[in-house]
Amino acid sequence: MKADPRGVLTGTHFLDGDHACCEGALAAGARFAAGYPITPSTEVVERFAARVPTVGGCFIQMEDELAASITLQGAVWGGAKAFTVTSGPGFSLMMEHIGYAAMTETPCVFVDVQRGGPSTGLPTLPAQADMMQARWGSHGDYEIIALCPNSPQECFDLTVRAFNFAEEFRVPVMLMMDEVVGHMTEKVVIPPADKIEVVPRKRTQKSTDQYLPYATNGDMVPEIAHAGDGYKFHVTGLTHDERGYPNMTPQTQDKLVRRLQNKILTAVDRISLYEEEGTDNADVIVVSYGITSRVAQRAIDLARAQGLRVGKFRLITAWPFPEEHIRNLAAHTKAFVVPELNLGQMVHEVERAAGGKARTISVSHAGGSVHRPEDILKAIVEACR
Amino acid sequence: MNSILNPVESFLRTDRMPHIWCPGCGIGTTVNSFARALIESKIDLQSLALVSGIGCTGRVAGYVKLDSFHTTHGRGIPFATGLKLANPKLNVVVYSGDGDLSAIGGNHLIHAARRNIDLKVICVNNLIYAMTGGQTAPTTPDHAITSTSPYGAFEPAFNLPHLVEAAGAVYVARWTTFHVRQLARAISEAFQKKGFSFIEVISPCPTLYQRRNRLGDGLDTMKYYKEKSKIRHGAPTSEVGLTMTGEIVVGKFVDRDRPDYSALMHAQLEASLGDRYVDCDGACDGSACSEETVCS
Amino acid sequence: MAKGQVSIIVERCKSCGFCVEFCPTKVLALSSAFNSKGYHPPHVIAPEKCSGCDLCGMYCPDFAIYAHKLTPAKGPAQNKEAAGES
Repeated sequence: MKADPRGVLTGTHFLDGDHACCEGALAAGARFAAGYPITPSTEVVERFAARVPTVGGCFIQMEDELAASITLQGAVWGGAKAFTVTSGPGFSLMMEHIGYAAMTETPCVFVDVQRGGPSTGLPTLPAQADMMQARWGSHGDYEIIALCPNSPQECFDLTVRAFNFAEEFRVPVMLMMDEVVGHMTEKVVIPPADKIEVVPRKRTQKSTDQYLPYATNGDMVPEIAHAGDGYKFHVTGLTHDERGYPNMTPQTQDKLVRRLQNKILTAVDRISLYEEEGTDNADVIVVSYGITSRVAQRAIDLARAQGLRVGKFRLITAWPFPEEHIRNLAAHTKAFVVPELNLGQMVHEVERAAGGKARTISVSHAGGSVHRPEDILKAIVEACR
Repeated sequence: MNSILNPVESFLRTDRMPHIWCPGCGIGTTVNSFARALIESKIDLQSLALVSGIGCTGRVAGYVKLDSFHTTHGRGIPFATGLKLANPKLNVVVYSGDGDLSAIGGNHLIHAARRNIDLKVICVNNLIYAMTGGQTAPTTPDHAITSTSPYGAFEPAFNLPHLVEAAGAVYVARWTTFHVRQLARAISEAFQKKGFSFIEVISPCPTLYQRRNRLGDGLDTMKYYKEKSKIRHGAPTSEVGLTMTGEIVVGKFVDRDRPDYSALMHAQLEASLGDRYVDCDGACDGSACSEETVCS
Repeated sequence: MAKGQVSIIVERCKSCGFCVEFCPTKVLALSSAFNSKGYHPPHVIAPEKCSGCDLCGMYCPDFAIYAHKLTPAKGPAQNKEAAGES
């Protein structure tokens, strides 16, 4: 389906990541946001509050992130595409409701503009230390999708993608920005609405006596109904059966939770977005994401100028993790160098997937600024020895 | 073969009966009154959504044959807010317990009342956290024995009508599960109001609250409600606090008019934006408008 | 002549006693029978006193009992066909 032109600010703009993210949401069809201010994410909803009354829709600033993260879900069941935006401390508060969205299969987007942590940390400075939290932050077994933009342009593009994945898989999608990508201003090209592909909500066409809210066919994703459509359905966070009724037995648990996992894992190929370049015959492959990938590019260029054979693998989809790709690359390279603005998070996934076939070197950073290219270059050079 | 059904049968998910509530628990009675209010006010059931939190009363959502949502602890009200704002044509009821609404959900309770979101909140107050085994709630009366106040509660308790009135609710009433007719009428009245309505229903928890405090069973408690309730419509809410065995002031305490959240939002945005304001009457998923159409 | 008739869904009852207590004309009493969960459901002890007010139905927390008014034109025999224990 094509985007609704009323939400698409077609043109060439000079925007920062936060603002581009808001435009991405509007272009994707988001017409509801519930927010709570937190640096460095606030501009996303500030812009939404200004834009949505002239596009059509609703913004509400809630009393806390606990409310924002569930109000958006009520709006989804009321018929809207909805999202919220936050940073570390707020992301932590939202965890219960991310789990609720995963369990009830509520399609929605959570934007985390990462900043220094833990706790209050560095509100105005970058980090990438919420990456594991995005995957494991709520209790229990569930899968999410997480995307990492590395530019304001990608903040636009990947926000559209995020909403599309959310609708396709009925899952909460995390958009893992960081303070630098959020606050850097670059050229952002927003295409005409008819060039933007938008995934519509998978609303059921079944009759009221045939529809079961959590029955699925081959793709493991149930059809959804909105409140007021006449289906009189029940939604609960308790372990439930196809009728949506609580059914708290190990058998129902097994069936439900494995389906929630498998609907994502069996579609990894479709969900895994990445940028790969120069990995054939590379001695070292630099695996990076978000703003760090921009610095890493510089380091890769410098390394290549020295004659080193360095490949690049940029994670655009961080979760589900592209295990298969890394496993294949590990068989043909000496080492992965993984720079991150944290003390080592995605590097553990790289190491796990590499299965010992290649070394994995972390270039960690406690956060607060981006890496210096020299630090990444040093690691590349050492890995090549 | 019985062809005359229980008048409330069509409101229930009969495939889930009998329900889990204990013998003598009053929650079922409140649901009975609720169903009768629905019949009486001829509410369109298709556009009625019911949201519950967690707790014994939170299980109401699972037993009513409506679009119903069993959400997280304390967060029924913000979920309901999202539902209502996205689809203002829905009648949204929040049906939850005293612990869920006033402890973990307390912040959301007061903000929704402040904003005057058009929600009908039915708060079943059994003075305890029943589902988890009988712990102290913000409503537990002085000296009551609970599993987390084994020597007697000593925290001052919330006076819920007073709290929500102060926060801005436009309709505030309290009844007990003995007052089945008045409760049904209050719920019907709340459906006629625009804005934040709050109906507190005092209810027995015979298994935990009454048993631990040697107050008898559900029937004994109903008799206590009958004997000790005093109907005082319009009573100042500051004077309706509860004690363990004392008088229970019931009635309609607050019935006033204030513009609800949506009315305020529309008024402000129209005043500021004039023609530029696009009023979609809610928020959609964009599936209806992929062309240059203007809805509503 | 009874003005109303009570229906009881025995399997739902949990013997709370509300219906017995609050029936204004004392039509009901708890029986010595058991349902499959071991509860004693009520039974009608004075059917002629039933007015069909349905207070029993309004009080029941388990949706296990309700009453309806008998229309004057029908005799008790025709109404018996229309309602009863289930």
